[in-house]
Amino acid sequence: MSIVEETRIALLEMFPEFAAADAAARAAADKIDDEMETMIDEMDSIEPATEGDAPAGGDDEVEAAEPAEAATEPVPEPEEPEEEGPRENGVMLTDHAARGTDIDVLCAPDQVVQAARIMDESGFFLEAITGVDWIKDDKLEVIYDYNQYGQEQCRVVVRTLIPRSEPEIPTISDVMPSANWHERETHDFYGIKFIGHPHLIPILLPEDADFHPLLKDFKP
Amino acid sequence: MTVPIECRQDETFVLNLGPQHPATHGVLRVKLTLDGEYIVEAEPVLGYIHRMHEKMAEDRNFAQFMPNTARMDYLHALAFNHGYCLVVERAAGIEVPERAEYIRVITVELNRLISHILWWAAFLLDLGGFTPLLYAFDDREQVLDLLERVTGSRLTYCYFRFGGVYNDIDDEFITGTYAFIKRLRSRMPTQYHALVTGNIILQKRLKGIGIITEEQSRRYGCTGPVARGSGINYDIRKNEPYSVYPEFDFDVPVYHECDSMARYMVRMDEMEQSMRIIEQALDKLPDGPVKAKVPKILKPAEGDYWASVETARGNLGHRLVCDGKKNPYKLKLRSPTFCNLSCFAEVSEGMLLADALAFMGSLDLVIPEIDR
Repeated sequence: MSIVEETRIALLEMFPEFAAADAAARAAADKIDDEMETMIDEMDSIEPATEGDAPAGGDDEVEAAEPAEAATEPVPEPEEPEEEGPRENGVMLTDHAARGTDIDVLCAPDQVVQAARIMDESGFFLEAITGVDWIKDDKLEVIYDYNQYGQEQCRVVVRTLIPRSEPEIPTISDVMPSANWHERETHDFYGIKFIGHPHLIPILLPEDADFHPLLKDFKP
Repeated sequence: MTVPIECRQDETFVLNLGPQHPATHGVLRVKLTLDGEYIVEAEPVLGYIHRMHEKMAEDRNFAQFMPNTARMDYLHALAFNHGYCLVVERAAGIEVPERAEYIRVITVELNRLISHILWWAAFLLDLGGFTPLLYAFDDREQVLDLLERVTGSRLTYCYFRFGGVYNDIDDEFITGTYAFIKRLRSRMPTQYHALVTGNIILQKRLKGIGIITEEQSRRYGCTGPVARGSGINYDIRKNEPYSVYPEFDFDVPVYHECDSMARYMVRMDEMEQSMRIIEQALDKLPDGPVKAKVPKILKPAEGDYWASVETARGNLGHRLVCDGKKNPYKLKLRSPTFCNLSCFAEVSEGMLLADALAFMGSLDLVIPEIDR
């Protein structure tokens, strides 16, 4: 199993409602794979045809599950491309060549600590924390980038949306010490309060700064 | 803001190292709580030359931000050029001609070489050795002249363009680079290793000092030579190949001692590898255009993009959020030294002050890049 797949399954722990369906889908996919293997064993003559299907089944278990188990509930497709309208919470695979990330997670603000814990246990390190001010939607987005030292690429981005009027989110600095400075920086630039942070004072801005320059309505 | 002075009951006292101190190579302040000569607590205080580059990115268009990138890490400016180009090219879907990619690699590696040379010189200056600085500047000057020929500047390069580079390299640059590498190779064993690396004073100052374990390195997100000195085989050029790096044969030096000497050796070995890459790139340099046709005003599609490059100090990441307009909606800069320095407080605990300075030097700090 590739590291991307392993990490995706680990992250699904955050979304029990998807995890059950995903496990079912994976079991189904495995079953198909097994069946295919037996089929390949049985019929060596039509190898080219089965070969064409096999990678699809191995790569994307959800897609593979669709035709097979129509009886099980319709599998929520985390890989769906972004549609119009808000995206639902969940785990999404992204194309590394196009986006630079492999897994994209959208979660509730109080789940970021759980996400950090899962990433920590999977041996990831924190690359950066930042915010984005979506002033039109009256929301602030907080983005956590995780990466790992392995030879295989797997960059995970965990994002969450918090209301602009009450920008508060739990700290992950007790899970990942590197978050300490990144959270202070994000607090400087966006005024996001990281609840439970041990030392939330300005890091890059002057020590008495009471402004947050990356908010879109900031006037110098 | 006034801070009440704390009266300490024990024998410890507070010492401010910097913001103007030769060992911090810029305006970094470290608030040290000392017990005699031992560090009880260290707190780096940043932001003395914070310029809010991320805000500047938001109110100018994509091309206009390019000169800013060189003003963060002035020692490896071309890598910052490269990182920013990569993320914008990824967002806008721009293909780079092959010759341009080769030129990028050659110039970035030359720049990495002189970044390490200058680090070496300044580091030894911290440790009290003045002579190596003069040798190092002699070598560095050669590369600055070479790069000045093609880029037009000596330090804060703005050489890369979206879809290529600004200027083609000429024969004089190529012969000059070959000559420089030959010269540096001949000087490496004597001026660099015999004079300094084997020196007993240097070894005693660095060996076993400033241990960053593999686990600490991960928890603090250390990358670059700091991680490789802690036994982690992690180099973006290999792990997440970009540009034409996969076409070259080079090694990633990894040392498992985790101390300052390991980080020193990683950088010395990396200089050798950079020379190998440059030679191969010059040998294989293809013909063709050096710049793709790219519209003057870029309007990448909505979405967010990440791109990482390996600078002399580690993993430089750019996160670009686009909203379909002609300037970035948001640009996040993940600077490597910011993360590498964050482990300083934990690692320097209980260290002698003089050792802490040697340890700080081995992290290779470039303050404008930390403060951005």
